[in-house]
Amino acid sequence: MMVTPMHFVIFAVVLFAIGTGGVLLRRSGISILLGLELMLNAANLALVAFGRMHGTLDAQVFVFFVMAVAAAGVAVGLALLVAIFRKRQSIDVDRLNVLRW
Amino acid sequence: MVVLVFYAAVVVGVVSAVVAVAHRNPVVNVLSLVVTLFCVAVSYALLGAEFLAAAQILIYAGAILVLFLFVVMLLNAPEVKSASEPRPFQRTAGLLLAVAAGVGGVALLMGIQVVAPGAQVSGDAQAIGRLLVGPYLFAFEFISVVLLAAMVGALVLVKRKH
Repeated sequence: MMVTPMHFVIFAVVLFAIGTGGVLLRRSGISILLGLELMLNAANLALVAFGRMHGTLDAQVFVFFVMAVAAAGVAVGLALLVAIFRKRQSIDVDRLNVLRW
Repeated sequence: MVVLVFYAAVVVGVVSAVVAVAHRNPVVNVLSLVVTLFCVAVSYALLGAEFLAAAQILIYAGAILVLFLFVVMLLNAPEVKSASEPRPFQRTAGLLLAVAAGVGGVALLMGIQVVAPGAQVSGDAQAIGRLLVGPYLFAFEFISVVLLAAMVGALVLVKRKH
């Protein structure tokens, strides 16, 4: 029995599905961002596995850049959450139903 | 041995991922996601991407999730009451879509042509570093601009207006 890169891709698909469930089912803004992080990591893992199939390192460099951009995105996303919480005293996305306040 | 480590990582990773999205306590969510990301780091190591495994632990577990934890404790938001409005339809639709994402992904995989894995190339820090300051030098430098923009943006967003 061997572990092929395909096994890792299937692991990534499962993680992606779980992350999708988190984004769709949760109402707290933080939980939604966590689900997004999980989906992003699943995509990274699939990318590394595909890169392994082709025997090149470029996929790994790309994943490194994705990580850096993800860090930037999370910083802005969490700052937005904090700003929303200050205005509304809630991060329940169901209550964010107006475009200006 | 590799098989054992892989399946251990899969089981632990999937269970902690489910806890990370399903538990009601946000602190438990974040800490459980740390475990999942460690399992992803183990997968990177098994795929020969040692540098990425280390970067995953440093960047994700060490920086991003600590940031999450900070915000969770800063907001100290009470749990979102599900009693606000029961929405069985949304819940079912969300679950169905999540399952569809998984099934669709696996179905797509069935269709692709599996190539025999190429020669194992070591993704250690030296090899990645040569690529970063070689062909990807511009992107590598530009990342710093992106990070700076994000930093300034985050500061502006949370700044209190006097």
